[in-house]
Amino acid sequence: MALSKLPISRKILSLGPIMLLYISVLNEFDFNYLNFKYFSFNFPYILIFYWSLKGEGRLSYVLVFIAGLINDVVIGLPIGISSMTYLIICVFAVYLRNITLRPSLIKDWFFFLFTILVTSSLFYTIIVIFFNVRVSYNDLLFNVLFTFLFYYLFSYIFGYYLNLLRRTND
Amino acid sequence: METNRDDFIIAIRSAFLKKGTKQRFSLIVLLFFSITILVLGKYNFKAIDFLRTGLNEFVYRATFIISAPENFIKNTYKLTVSHINLYNDHKKLKKDFKALQAENFNNNFIISENKMLKSKIEDIVDSSSEILAKVLVDKQSPFLKSVIVNRGSKDGVKLGMAVLDEKFLIGKIVEVNFRTSRVLLLSDLNSKVPVSVEPNSIQSILTGTGEKFGKLQYTQLDNIILNNGDQIYSSGSGGIFKSGIPIGKINFIDDSNESYVLFHSDFTQLRLVKIVLYENLN
Repeated sequence: MALSKLPISRKILSLGPIMLLYISVLNEFDFNYLNFKYFSFNFPYILIFYWSLKGEGRLSYVLVFIAGLINDVVIGLPIGISSMTYLIICVFAVYLRNITLRPSLIKDWFFFLFTILVTSSLFYTIIVIFFNVRVSYNDLLFNVLFTFLFYYLFSYIFGYYLNLLRRTND
Repeated sequence: METNRDDFIIAIRSAFLKKGTKQRFSLIVLLFFSITILVLGKYNFKAIDFLRTGLNEFVYRATFIISAPENFIKNTYKLTVSHINLYNDHKKLKKDFKALQAENFNNNFIISENKMLKSKIEDIVDSSSEILAKVLVDKQSPFLKSVIVNRGSKDGVKLGMAVLDEKFLIGKIVEVNFRTSRVLLLSDLNSKVPVSVEPNSIQSILTGTGEKFGKLQYTQLDNIILNNGDQIYSSGSGGIFKSGIPIGKINFIDDSNESYVLFHSDFTQLRLVKIVLYENLN
């Protein structure tokens, strides 16, 4: 029997996306030490959008909600703001899934751009107007841009992982 | 047209309300929860404070453990870079050391004279408590610049205490938990510290920019003359920090007369910091 067909391996594989989400919110991959000006991207946005869109319900919304709370604590944001943005991304992804008959990566990619522009605008508005926290608009804009660009790359990696998951479940 | 609108409404309603077989809650319920938490947090609701404190203690420790592999890579990278620059650094340090040795002779006299003068004007003269803390988490997000240290209310840490890296001011405590605290760094956009620019004793406010530099406020007037290399110290206004803690130096002044300050301490390299409460001991 192949290793990936074992029940324990199947379980670990199916937990992969959510484990990756928790590692990413706890670790905040930032690459700050490379000193690239303006470079940052929001990995949880990519992961949540992709797996809500393609993951066939594998990404639990409750766990996404808790991951948002953890992200707020790690970064020091008002508690609840990341949960809200993560869940809004889920809503957009599920909406896209509902209306899509023939999936296309390019369409998904540009819908993802629209999604993160909406969520980032909402994030910026709430944090600046209601919580009086100053946030650099440029940093946020570059963050959106790099997150958008990286989606294309990660969609291939996640696609490969999703195929592996489907094969083990067959 | 009518059908398109119906399809849109059905898709939206399904996205918000439909639970799916593997989900326990629909998205709208969880969205409602997160908005409620956000609103209650805004008005300092007690239960939200407890939730945050509980999460802080657990999450900061977990972050410290999970960040270990990335920190290892980061440290290895820095070590390699420092090895590559070893010869040039050594030459520069030798030159600096000679200059500092010469300055040191004057300083001893100035320090004793300064102590005497401060006692005359009843300024904050000494620290009443100094706590050494280890940086647990330095995940400086692109938006907020802060670090987490492993000392909290249990160790006597209080809100507003100054945080030093060696002798240099790096920030202040903005959140205290039982065993951990959050330090808002001077580079954060939300940081504002009253400073004095030497040698002309010009009073100003140092604000963070979210970058490696800070910016001086209210110094664009024509009668205020600042130069590159001018030293920035805390001014002691407001009584939180004592006066004279070194912070940085003016690195460049742009065309609109805005002065940018390079901090003495590298905020990406913080390992051990000192948390200090300054009190008037007169």
